[in-house]
Amino acid sequence: MLTFIIRRLLTAIPTLVLISLIIFLLLDLAPGDPLADQPLSIPPEVRQKMRDALGLDSPAYIRYLLWAKQFFWVEPLYFIDWLVGTNFADGMQRIVSWQFRAPVFDIIVQRVPQTLWVVGLAYLVGVMIALPIGIISAYKQYSWFDQVGTFVSMIGFSVPPFFSGVLMIVFFAIMLPWFPSIYDTTLVVNDFESLGQQIRQMTLPVMVLALQTTAQLSRFMRASMLDNLNHDYVRTARAKGMTEKVVVLVHVLRNSLIPVVTVIALGIPSIFGGAIITEQIFKVNGLGQLLITAIYANDLPMVQTLAFIFAVLIVACNLIADMLYGLLDPRIRYD
Amino acid sequence: MTDVPAVVPAKPDTSGRSQWWDVWDQFKTHKGALFGAAVFLFIVLAVTIGPLLWPLEPTYIDIRSRNIGPSMAHPFGTDQLGRDILARMMAGGQVSIAVGLTAMLISVVLGAFIGVVAGFFRRLDGFLMGLTNLFLALPLLPLLLVMVMLFRETLARSFGPEMGTFILIVSAIGITSWMQTARIVRGEVLALKEREFVLAARSIGTPSRRMIIRHILPNVLSPIMVSATLGIATAIITESALSFLGLGFPPDFPTWGRLLFDAIDYLQQYPERVFWPGLAISLTVLSVNYIGDGLRDALDPRIRGR
Repeated sequence: MLTFIIRRLLTAIPTLVLISLIIFLLLDLAPGDPLADQPLSIPPEVRQKMRDALGLDSPAYIRYLLWAKQFFWVEPLYFIDWLVGTNFADGMQRIVSWQFRAPVFDIIVQRVPQTLWVVGLAYLVGVMIALPIGIISAYKQYSWFDQVGTFVSMIGFSVPPFFSGVLMIVFFAIMLPWFPSIYDTTLVVNDFESLGQQIRQMTLPVMVLALQTTAQLSRFMRASMLDNLNHDYVRTARAKGMTEKVVVLVHVLRNSLIPVVTVIALGIPSIFGGAIITEQIFKVNGLGQLLITAIYANDLPMVQTLAFIFAVLIVACNLIADMLYGLLDPRIRYD
Repeated sequence: MTDVPAVVPAKPDTSGRSQWWDVWDQFKTHKGALFGAAVFLFIVLAVTIGPLLWPLEPTYIDIRSRNIGPSMAHPFGTDQLGRDILARMMAGGQVSIAVGLTAMLISVVLGAFIGVVAGFFRRLDGFLMGLTNLFLALPLLPLLLVMVMLFRETLARSFGPEMGTFILIVSAIGITSWMQTARIVRGEVLALKEREFVLAARSIGTPSRRMIIRHILPNVLSPIMVSATLGIATAIITESALSFLGLGFPPDFPTWGRLLFDAIDYLQQYPERVFWPGLAISLTVLSVNYIGDGLRDALDPRIRGR
């Protein structure tokens, strides 16, 4: 297992380097000029100095290596400094956003809590709803519950978040003014009233995101349960005189959860990607919204860093899913 | 179970009945798929023939009758410039479905090609599957947004704003969604290669090219068709998402996603306006998903005829 993990980690490195190169080369084609919004009264030689300071005229491979050095070396050093109070990174140039004129990672750190709260909670809620639905629809296959479950998950598949989100706003924010349609980031939770407000403003985006997770996971859980319910060990367990509850919820459920857990792990990065649209609808200023504004503002260092972080998430979750599969299922041995 | 008719001796097949009739017979038994096919056909007919029957132009501006609700003259009402929403819905549907079909075609051709080549030629397998895994690890929606942002101007200049955006969006969606098809097809090809008929064909000296076209491709057609149907759905959703984020087609060139995006500004006053484009997208995707479901069962010979 350990050699497998080490081998996978080693193959992940070239993948990530290649991905960062692809993102960089794609962004390198961008026609925009980061100095285009500077006043025209700046003398040309000063403008040239500004270009030099940003390193805009150096060849592409130097700019790529510079970015890579900043991402993989300078930023971790800054993190260590911040954590332990050392000063390894003094005087080193960090990745600076053209749009905010501030280090990219400082802005990302500001945005992460909103994304984690809304998206993470939505994922959790989705999983919590999906698992029981999947278990019941598999145990009572072709019952009315199963039929309704199938239909609802079909709808969850088919209704895109930009429609379900808008529908929720129409129903629960305009027609019935129960929930706010805009997520207020400046809200400080310090008493019960503000806590209630926080919960209310999170409800709609969490519902939209959870609907999608539920639709996919409940189908998967159902299929996995159905697979296991026909196995011999189920008949053995029943023959031993175990109660139906123990058979289903202990024997079958444990075995069916193995593939489901890996799917849950694989879904984590995609929920960050899908959250871009949901964050845009409900004006949650998280990572997805940051990416969109950066793309509009032609803020290439920000786009490059964010897209690469998403890629790291995908690769890492793939690795975790593989490892979980090996850990949970003793039949699978990678060595 | 007592009155089972005597087994009819197998007649020589003279009726010209091909396997596609069997597929259709199985497809018919799937109620959801049949219903989905009917809905999809209705939507396609409505957006292709509808504009011929409906007298109002989608771009005709009648500023005096703006923002009116549903009436006989305008069944879905008019927008903030007095344009008829029904006409715009039909025009938008044409573009959305055209984008869905074309992008699906690109992604399926690409996916099937890479899958067959990777499965058939062992030497290329490692490289092509590495490429597939690399693409699967890319953050696709951000990259799509970046691609549209970067190449919109260039393509609009050489092909005109509408055609340029169409080519851009279709190819961007196509080259970011072929990976699942490639993986499925590769798996099928690897299994097929071990079968006796492939060995037989090889033993009489069939060259690789004819082997793929005559023997491999017809046998992997069913997974390709299923992923093609599902590909239409994802392509339509992706195009609408791009339009929704303001990075799709130009404003005077409606698609369903664009209409939804434009209607958001009037969400407070006219909430019904977001309903029609959203419903159209969801219904199309839902019907296509059901068709895919039915097709999967119908094309599987193990399920068919049971």
